[in-house]
Amino acid sequence: MKRLFALVAATLLVSSAFAIDEGKRFDDPELQARYEKLISEVRCLQCQNQSIKDSNVTLAADLRREIARMIDEGQTDEQIAEFLVVRYGEFALYRPRTTGKTLLLWIFPFLLVLLGGYALARVVKHRMSLPIDDDITQEGQ
Amino acid sequence: MNRFVWPLVAVAALLVFLVMGLKHGDPRALPSPFIGKPAPQFELPTLKNPEVTIGTATMAGDYALVNVWATWCVMCRAEHPFLLELAAQKAIPIYGINWRDSRLEAMRWLDDLGDPYLASAYDEDGRVGIDWGVYGAPETFLVDPQGTVIYKHLGPLDRVIWQREFESRINSGGPAK
Repeated sequence: MKRLFALVAATLLVSSAFAIDEGKRFDDPELQARYEKLISEVRCLQCQNQSIKDSNVTLAADLRREIARMIDEGQTDEQIAEFLVVRYGEFALYRPRTTGKTLLLWIFPFLLVLLGGYALARVVKHRMSLPIDDDITQEGQ
Repeated sequence: MNRFVWPLVAVAALLVFLVMGLKHGDPRALPSPFIGKPAPQFELPTLKNPEVTIGTATMAGDYALVNVWATWCVMCRAEHPFLLELAAQKAIPIYGINWRDSRLEAMRWLDDLGDPYLASAYDEDGRVGIDWGVYGAPETFLVDPQGTVIYKHLGPLDRVIWQREFESRINSGGPAK
């Protein structure tokens, strides 16, 4: 039992060693929260499909450092997003901004729903206008 | 019959996008937001002599390659012989940005393999790399005489890519727009 306990404890220790950038960067919890939210929404471009929060490659570490610096300097989230987009393109942001080129990305789902609704309405209307007994004879055959 | 036309059109459209996606090539290659824009300003100590600095101003006036490299980058070793070839032909001035590297190892690399660069900037903490939007060495930027970035290649450079993407742009460019 003792051994099992030691094993579990050891495993827990090891897994905490894997954690990336757990250290607090800011004393102010509000700034720390902003920082963590920002880095979880920036794509790691060296290892796409990870955020820079979850990645330990050098570029992710560099970008975390830069973002922490910009927060320190009092820059807004928009300014930090702009910094990234100018250098890496809109792709760097997991939550693309609703401007220009990405506008289509945002409104396309709603367009699809509208289009689907229109198609559905047309089909239903068409079906409704069919004579009922005609329907039955078709089904029956 | 008519009811089959629209689904068919939709599937055809999807297929077109699929083929376009497949033809895109390297899925890691992103369009660089710098194409057509002025090269990001920088000023860094050179690799070989920390007292001397090079920067955007050093490259002005001629077409130039800016090659981002590091000794830990395997593909940089693969493209190195071709860079030496370009340098030997004096095809174009080549500047290096030694990215996130150890100065000693980088200098040994150039001693061992040869040095195609007029000079390499030493970007120890990756700050300039970020300004250039670098995310995976090797990356090679083509900068025109006015200091505008006109092309960026991700991955090792070779003769085919050089002729197709770089030479054609230099020849057709003249004084680029």
